[in-house]
Amino acid sequence: MPVQESVHRTRDIKVRSFRQNSNQGNGSTVLFLHGAGGFPGWLPFFDQLAAKHDVLVLEHPGFGESDNPDWIRNVADVAMYYLDVLAGLNAGKVHLVGHSLGGWIAAEAATRNCQHLASLTLIAPAGIRVKGVPAGDNFIWSPEETARNLYHDQAFADRMLAQQPTEKETEILMRNRFMAAKLGWEPRWFNPALERWLHRIAVPSLVIWGEDDKLLPSRYAAVWGERVPNVTVKVIPQCGHLPHVERAGITADAVLAFLGGR
Amino acid sequence: MEFVCFHLMPYRPLDMAARRKERSAWVVLPNSLYDPVKGAQEYKSYIDQLVYAEQLGFDVIAVNEHHQTAYGMMPAPNLIASALIQRTQRVKIAVLGRALPLVNNPITIAEEFAMLDNLSEGRLICGFVRGIGTEYHATGLNPAFSHERYQEAHDLIVAAWTKPGPFEFEGQHYNYRYVNLWPRPYQAPHPPIWIPSQGSSETIAWAADPVRKYPFLVTFSASELVIRYLNMYRDQARQFGYEANGAQLGWAVPIYVADTDERAKREAQAGIESLFNDYLSNPWEMLLPPGYMSLPSMLRTMKMRKSLGSGMARQTVDSLIESGTAIIGSPKTVRDGIARVRDATGLKRLVTMLQFGVLPDDLARRNMEIFASEVMPHLRN
Repeated sequence: MPVQESVHRTRDIKVRSFRQNSNQGNGSTVLFLHGAGGFPGWLPFFDQLAAKHDVLVLEHPGFGESDNPDWIRNVADVAMYYLDVLAGLNAGKVHLVGHSLGGWIAAEAATRNCQHLASLTLIAPAGIRVKGVPAGDNFIWSPEETARNLYHDQAFADRMLAQQPTEKETEILMRNRFMAAKLGWEPRWFNPALERWLHRIAVPSLVIWGEDDKLLPSRYAAVWGERVPNVTVKVIPQCGHLPHVERAGITADAVLAFLGGR
Repeated sequence: MEFVCFHLMPYRPLDMAARRKERSAWVVLPNSLYDPVKGAQEYKSYIDQLVYAEQLGFDVIAVNEHHQTAYGMMPAPNLIASALIQRTQRVKIAVLGRALPLVNNPITIAEEFAMLDNLSEGRLICGFVRGIGTEYHATGLNPAFSHERYQEAHDLIVAAWTKPGPFEFEGQHYNYRYVNLWPRPYQAPHPPIWIPSQGSSETIAWAADPVRKYPFLVTFSASELVIRYLNMYRDQARQFGYEANGAQLGWAVPIYVADTDERAKREAQAGIESLFNDYLSNPWEMLLPPGYMSLPSMLRTMKMRKSLGSGMARQTVDSLIESGTAIIGSPKTVRDGIARVRDATGLKRLVTMLQFGVLPDDLARRNMEIFASEVMPHLRN
């Protein structure tokens, strides 16, 4: 079954929505929250999850072609927006999966309210800061440095750098970058209050990290492991900041195994 | 025409080979390259130059604010302004400007400017800027809120200067139960506010608004752009229903004058090329952090950049003269270069930068002297 693109509406906000379910609606719903780079296109990772689940990816407000309401000013606003989305999905309890910025949003939402959640999967999430473990500065990196630093396997970086974005894609990249700065510039990629509320995450959780993550170091994974109550931590060797892209198979298998009995 | 002698106070003893190993002379340039003994001498020389400008008959002497950079040694320009007040009698002193969004409490800016205005008995001119993009890397402040904070800080400062205190300020970024400035400014209703800018249409419309009518100074641009931006201000004023006065229009430009074109070019070359290539140039990630400019302005800039080819081309003294970004030559050449832009715009404020980059003291001072004797009198009226 092909990916269905549509417009999702919660309250007065219209966002782009992508959905796939190869399992004829039998599997529970996975809601994926993308990172600061924006909606990454429909990934093989999503296909793998869609073999067992109904996979829904929304493009965050302010990103790509989604609406950008003025009142969204920080990650907490986006998290509250997603709690409204979850309440309106009528999909029962949802498996929330977030990458990087999306992981931060997911964690903020889960510390507030787990009522509509079945589980939480965080892939290299932003949101906390571990003192003494320096993170990369994606806002000062050149496009070349960004590509090189996001991946362990430089073949991925080469492919990324070889792409010539169209005018429309350039505009979307800019919008994504603007929104990423609005949400993550200061304090850089974290909310000082989040760490002290992580004990409120009341659903089984999985944290996945690429061992060679140059943006958010994999040493962060252990801290998430200590703070989130019912959590499994998996660090993937030879992998950068985008495990669901660079090690899609391993990452999808880990997520599917985690969701398996739930 | 009114003449401003403006200084950036660059750190000239910079090890340029070490500088060129870094992506910028801003934010990431290791401060182990700064030698305080040499730096202290730089401050002395530069303050002497500005004091000398009063003797030479300039109307205004001016300093500005930048952070974490060898480009300019004035993270706190009010300190220099305070020193200049003590060493001068008549000349006006302009801080062009303070970067409003970078501070967490803009009342401190209102207070410091009010103090300087009192100390100088009304000789202060206040520039309000947002800082360049690198400043948002240096301070960590979110560039996405730069415009909002600028407008709000401006409103707060002007209110603090003009509204009887104590009063309460209720904003988005700034909230104060008590605003009650001691001292109040010396000038009534408040010191003049000037807006130095690279010419964004948003800034022009804001500065030209009839409730403000702030003088708008175009900085470091090719002369065709200067003409275009100043006339945009004029057009904007007409749309608001009034005719802009030449005193609302200014141009900040590096100038070097010597007895012949050849000599001027030869003497200015190292200084002007170091200013643009070594001190000022930045990768766009540092110069234009996301949100610093509006999205449409940013997209226009990106397109322009694409058409110019990637990577910033090295500027030469010839290319800078050719584009009118710097005015360099004999007294006649310099007079004509300024007159051309004046005639095309009606501008009445010229912000001259007569020391730039690595230009040494003796040349800078001679430049100031010749400018004051051979150029200034011809353009006064």
